[in-house]
Amino acid sequence: MEQASVPVQPSPTGLPDEREKLLLAKILNGERDCFYELIAPYERRVYLTAYEILRNSPDAEEVAQEAFLKAYRGLSKFRGESKFSTWLLRITVNEARMRWRKVREVSLESLLPEDDETGYTPLQLADWREIPGEALDKRETREQISQALAALPEKYREILTLRDINGLSVAETAEALDLGISNVKTRLFRARMQLRDAFIALGQNTTQGKKKTGWLR
Amino acid sequence: MMRLDCHEVWLEISNYIDDAVTPAMRDELEAHLAQCRNCAALLDSVHNVVVLIADDRRFELPVGFSERLHLRLALELAGDGS
Repeated sequence: MEQASVPVQPSPTGLPDEREKLLLAKILNGERDCFYELIAPYERRVYLTAYEILRNSPDAEEVAQEAFLKAYRGLSKFRGESKFSTWLLRITVNEARMRWRKVREVSLESLLPEDDETGYTPLQLADWREIPGEALDKRETREQISQALAALPEKYREILTLRDINGLSVAETAEALDLGISNVKTRLFRARMQLRDAFIALGQNTTQGKKKTGWLR
Repeated sequence: MMRLDCHEVWLEISNYIDDAVTPAMRDELEAHLAQCRNCAALLDSVHNVVVLIADDRRFELPVGFSERLHLRLALELAGDGS
């Protein structure tokens, strides 16, 4: 059996710190066009963060635009205690949440148990499937993971988007979500397990009748 | 060495993936994983879904996203003439 290579450490790319600081100072000093360079590395990340929360492209685009505008307007309040990217993603998540709550008047998630539960039993305990390495490279697999992510409650989509897609550290994720570190760890644990369960469940549905073995090698 | 049971291992899988366990816990987990096919499979699958959601090929920015954003920002940047 292949062992997973751990740890997973996505590396977010951004401007070098000094460049970012210089641009921030210039913008606040009136060189407004520097804002385009400041945000260039984050356009995609802001959009996809909004998209993973909202699951709707036009809404995500509008929320992304709003987040950038809000960041620009609030730039003088950014004091550099956190990374610019963390601050920007925090604004994005808040904008996306507001939109999400507007489109979904009553949130089903408020009915779900809170994160203080620590128990977990994998779905389909009797059916241990691995995900073979070669499947990771298939378009079908990517579509399936997107569907699995979309099926999770909003709070799990948020945390996975920040930590695992955007590559924020646990501490930065905590800051962006205004949560304590241990809450982030617990929520991340539940989110990843649910994602795995949802992914496996989808794989079963799509492979039923086609291949009896599914992921099994 | 204390022995972890499967439930205890599951609770730590996410932290293990993040390399956020103590060296002692890491040893415990690895000892368990080396012997337990089920937990090793669970670790593999959780690790793989984490890799999968980060795959850049899942995302495409809408065509013209950047242009529309810059247009909107240009209005803002030009507008508040202080």
